[in-house]
Amino acid sequence: MFGYTFQWNQALARLPKMLDGALVTMEVAMLSMLIGIALAILLTLLRLSGARPLRAIATGWVEIARNTPALFQIYMAHFGVASFGIHFSPFVSLLIGITFNNAGYLAENFRGALKAIPETQTRAGRSLGMSQLQAFRYIILPQMLRISFLPMTNQMVWAVLMTSLGVTVGMNADLYGVTQDLNALTFRTFELFAIAGVLFYAITKIITLGARVIAARLFRY
Amino acid sequence: MIKIQNVHKSFGPLKVLKGIDLTVEKGEVVTVIGGSGSGKSTLLTCINGLEPIDTGRILVDGTEVHARTTDLNRLRQNIGIVFQQWNAFPHLTVLENVTLAPRKVLGIGKAEAEAIAEKQLRHVGLGEKLSTFPSRLSGGQQQRMAIARALAMSPDYMLFDEVTSALDPQLVGEVLETLKMLAEEGMTMICVTHEMAFARDVSDRVAYFHKGIMAEIGAPEQIFGDPQHPETRAFLASVR
Ligand SMILES: Nc1ncnc2c1ncn2[C@@H]1O[C@H](COP(=O)(O)OP(=O)(O)O)[C@@H](O)[C@H]1O
Ligand SMILES: [Mg+2]
Repeated sequence: MFGYTFQWNQALARLPKMLDGALVTMEVAMLSMLIGIALAILLTLLRLSGARPLRAIATGWVEIARNTPALFQIYMAHFGVASFGIHFSPFVSLLIGITFNNAGYLAENFRGALKAIPETQTRAGRSLGMSQLQAFRYIILPQMLRISFLPMTNQMVWAVLMTSLGVTVGMNADLYGVTQDLNALTFRTFELFAIAGVLFYAITKIITLGARVIAARLFRY
Repeated sequence: MIKIQNVHKSFGPLKVLKGIDLTVEKGEVVTVIGGSGSGKSTLLTCINGLEPIDTGRILVDGTEVHARTTDLNRLRQNIGIVFQQWNAFPHLTVLENVTLAPRKVLGIGKAEAEAIAEKQLRHVGLGEKLSTFPSRLSGGQQQRMAIARALAMSPDYMLFDEVTSALDPQLVGEVLETLKMLAEEGMTMICVTHEMAFARDVSDRVAYFHKGIMAEIGAPEQIFGDPQHPETRAFLASVR
């Protein structure tokens, strides 16, 4: 058909290499999520703070993360900063770009979640002698993370898919990068990218199912 | 001793407290009655420093609540407050709700905090509900949990703001019983309430608030039996 002969064996022989790439993809996604959640919590605190410049920084971050292409964010983290003599490896640039994106989106999710938590919760904590930060840490934060759990899972899926943008900054160790390199060697384009597609699908499915298991264990109330 | 001296407080242009003077002695139970919007809740939140005041002073055991140097977190450890809305922490079990502040604020170890919490929860009749989540409790049970949560900090003072007003009528009794028990144990309490029978029963003194002024204060027999202020009379007639 169309004069193209499928040669799955040739492509499947490369599967171990692609699986290695898939592991790197998961590593980048997971790291970007963990750091992204921590930064999003920080951004949330900045946005809650009374200091105008702090709020402006946080709002600026969220606005840029949500209203510019992820590709732009990753590109800036590599070639953008290189203009100022700062050179990151493709791995680090990709990680920074995705983390920036994650933090922005998650901070916005957290803001929505906070709206669902009554003001009186903080008040009750403060009445027991807690500092503002203690009330946030022990009363607000756990509820906020629970409310945001589904959006966080979605963002984790996005983080996995965003790793494919790493090739634009020379990343070749992740699933997409490995696949592209193998394609240049073998020209089994359809087969290789089809396998990569299946692997991406499998990774995101594992994440959503895993998240469900974690949620069931974590959220007892 | 809680000493309130000529306290004025506004929300923007709205004058809510217009010169309140009130001294509550150790072991005394003062109930505050009065119409909606008369400033009762505001007074309580001023006493524990949740709200700032415009002028005047509030002293708790000699510490001026609104002085800049006052450590409010520390002060609040000694003043428990329970609100109309019980504000259970939904992500924590009943036991965890009560141990949280003793552990994180007072730095008490887990085992000891749990012993304190269990004792307080038994005291309010929730000894069987330790590992239950608040969503599984009735309103009355949640309100009693909130009382135990405040008591677990071993405060010298307790402030209650209409703690039965959001409850179904059949659940009011159990919470009032808990308050009565505390009063009999000698807790120093200020209770804002609409439950006149309760006020008559437990109070050493009853204060009537009207439009930001404490129009009248006296022994329950006097306030309910022989109110002096025309507004007090009108109010008591309206709630009877
Ligand atoms: N945080 C607030 N901001 C603005 N107005 C308030 C606030 N809290 C209370 N008020 C107003 O102050 C007045 C007294 O309120 P409150 O102390 O709650 O009265 P009470 O408890 O006697 O019903 C009311 O008119 C109320 O609307
Ligand atoms: Mg009130």
